[in-house]
Amino acid sequence: MVNLFAMFLLTLLIITAVAIVRTKDLFVAVMLTGIFSLLMSANFFILDAADVALTEAAIGAGITTVLLLGALALTAERERPVSAPRWLPLVVVAITAVVMIYATFDKPRLGDPLAPVHQHVAPWYLEMTPVLIGIPNVVTAILGSFRGYDTLGELIVIFTACIGVLFLLGVPRGEGHQPPGNGAAPPDVALSHHLIPRVVGRLIFPFIVLFGLYVQFHGEFGPGGGFQGGAIIAAGIVLYTLLEGENSSFSAVPRWTLVAMAAGGAILYGAVGIAGMVMGGNFLNYSVLSNDPVLGQQMGILIIEAGVGITVCGALLTIFHVINAREHC
Amino acid sequence: MDFFDIISWILFTTGGAFVFIGGLGALRLPNFYTRLHAASLTDSIGTILIMTAIMFQAGWSLAAIKLITILGFLMLTSPTATYALANAALLSGMKPGKPEYDKEGY
Repeated sequence: MVNLFAMFLLTLLIITAVAIVRTKDLFVAVMLTGIFSLLMSANFFILDAADVALTEAAIGAGITTVLLLGALALTAERERPVSAPRWLPLVVVAITAVVMIYATFDKPRLGDPLAPVHQHVAPWYLEMTPVLIGIPNVVTAILGSFRGYDTLGELIVIFTACIGVLFLLGVPRGEGHQPPGNGAAPPDVALSHHLIPRVVGRLIFPFIVLFGLYVQFHGEFGPGGGFQGGAIIAAGIVLYTLLEGENSSFSAVPRWTLVAMAAGGAILYGAVGIAGMVMGGNFLNYSVLSNDPVLGQQMGILIIEAGVGITVCGALLTIFHVINAREHC
Repeated sequence: MDFFDIISWILFTTGGAFVFIGGLGALRLPNFYTRLHAASLTDSIGTILIMTAIMFQAGWSLAAIKLITILGFLMLTSPTATYALANAALLSGMKPGKPEYDKEGY
């Protein structure tokens, strides 16, 4: 039954992918990308990967769609038509597809307990997480502690992306594009004339942020963690910005705070690692943070997850505001 | 199969039927506003029925309370999204009217 449903979802996924490639309307393509992510998220959930499913739903279907729509406002609505047949890309894609299909012949059956991936370090993780770290969610234990280096790397990637977008788009377009009225900020237009979305948005905004914090700090016990929590809180603030306008948003969460968050979260993560070194362990070894190694691990994971959440939230909001400000120029 | 199970499956089927009819309406009705009408109303009743069905499956537990919360959230956001969509269409100059006025098929 579950397999049937998974196949149905995967078929829909392929149809969506083909539709994304085929459509010339970029707005439709963005919407279809959101649907693609949501289908993918449901697929991850069927595969019992609740953490990944939550990340895909929050970042892929939620925030990315908003960012793509913001970027779409800066560019044309339709794809530029290409008339000449593109043989070289077609050949490359065909060869890659054949190679990938050939590679799947060596793949173990789905859920095969004898698959190499279940023979390597996974049993050790499953066995040692309750002993060494003592939290129910093994994914968080692997992500935060056993493979803390990788997560730090991911965080640096997000931070770098934020810096890159700031460098590319964060520069004003020159003197001629300053808003008139001797530097006074333009009045907020936003959606103030849409009464119903505004009232409902105000009503649910605190609950979105609350849910984000729950996902953030409940990551040790259930699906969740810094990436998902940060993205959900960022989505809440994006909703607030859409409803109340840029200026209100900046008076609530100033621009420098966002950049400081993007950098500060990564610094917090690194600082926990260095604290471990100072207290006599290796980099990112949390066991030495407390007298009780298990408690130290839990403390370390909680703090680095907070760092991840802060950076993700700050970076996503910085990118959103930068794209938005570009539109007004 | 006990009593709750039967109720639950009846609700599942009716909810699914409503969603299906809504999808059919969104595909087949002549212009934007009628499509939106079909999709939004059936979606609301479909959500209520399916969520209630899942609640009967879950029994009186923490999951049921979570489902009630999700239902409340959807009851707030889904009509709001429909309203925002219709309002945006109206503001961007799409006049509600008879289907034959719709030349481009939107």
